[in-house]
Amino acid sequence: MKQQAAKSLRAFAIELAVYAVLVVIYFFLVLHLLGDWLYRLESHHRYVYAGVALLLIAGQAVVLDTVTTLLFRLLRGRSR
Amino acid sequence: MYFPISHSDINPIYLVVVGFIIGILGGFFGVGGSFIAGPALRLMGVDWNYAVGTDLAHIVGKSIVAARHHRTLGNVDLKLGLIMALGTIAGAEGGAQLIQALKRSGNVNSVVSFVAIVVYVSISAFMLWESRKTLQTDKRTSQSGPAKGAVSKKDHSAFGPVTRSIQRMNIWPMISLPTSGIPKISLWIILFVAFVGGLFSGFLGGGAGYIRMPSMVYVLGIPTHLAVGTDLFEIVISASYGTITHAIKGNVDILIALVMHTGAVVGAQIGVVATQYFAGPKIRLAFVPLPLIGAAIVIYTLLTGHKL
Repeated sequence: MKQQAAKSLRAFAIELAVYAVLVVIYFFLVLHLLGDWLYRLESHHRYVYAGVALLLIAGQAVVLDTVTTLLFRLLRGRSR
Repeated sequence: MYFPISHSDINPIYLVVVGFIIGILGGFFGVGGSFIAGPALRLMGVDWNYAVGTDLAHIVGKSIVAARHHRTLGNVDLKLGLIMALGTIAGAEGGAQLIQALKRSGNVNSVVSFVAIVVYVSISAFMLWESRKTLQTDKRTSQSGPAKGAVSKKDHSAFGPVTRSIQRMNIWPMISLPTSGIPKISLWIILFVAFVGGLFSGFLGGGAGYIRMPSMVYVLGIPTHLAVGTDLFEIVISASYGTITHAIKGNVDILIALVMHTGAVVGAQIGVVATQYFAGPKIRLAFVPLPLIGAAIVIYTLLTGHKL
């Protein structure tokens, strides 16, 4: 039981590390590129901005959730 | 990192950590976590209007993740969630109108603060009493250890007799909620519970999961695990509506919400998995400090004049 918990913790720690690297890349690439465009959209086209904002957060939720789930499955599978 | 929309300079790691904590709370308790996110953003100098709107956008993303995971565990009643979303949106509009009326009379801050403290403390006191009484009278539940599958979702509550009499109220139209194990309940009671939750959401801000989740358990008789999952699903709909209306008014910095959400994704997964290891009354007992944190923040702002 303890061994299994240790394996799960190890897998989780690796997942966090991989995820952290992905998130840093995400910050610098995606947000940097989107920042100016979203700022202009928010200033001049509020209704479009509202729709884009909702799509972005929902899209990110689905994509990141899929990525973390895949990572977790992959790492758990290997740690067994 | 500079966020041009809200003109604020915030360390992204701070946002990720805040998102992570809120994600755990959301996944475990089915709450939006606005009582932490709002003050946490305010602490970094984000204006209140941006803090409220951005928090709602972040709640959408976090709730999608947590609701998806709860759905795979069979913890989401889609029919109930869709009905409740209607009542919540109507209630949120009512709450916002109430705020506007109080603004016009010039005493919005004192009234909202007083109501918030009374509501938060009452919820905590009631849930503490109920969950402790339930745990004492049903020791089997507390000693069952890691709970798995449908057995753990058969909930017990010291408030059960009152809940059953509410379910027996024969007000047309009566509907059934097979996923939640409720053969018959009035549609109006569900809409009323959702409306009250929405009213508090519009009046006090955030998703008002601190009042909706207990109401679903005690008034409607939904098992705690299902109440958590369904509340999250319902929050996705109502918070999406709130995000759009706030974004149109210029209150949403989506870049902040996106960064916060990267932490919430991992936190929400941990929170959801953790619900499987606790029986309903234990989840409710662990919920008790959350509204008290909200009350403490309001008391702090009243006493010091600082808006956290």
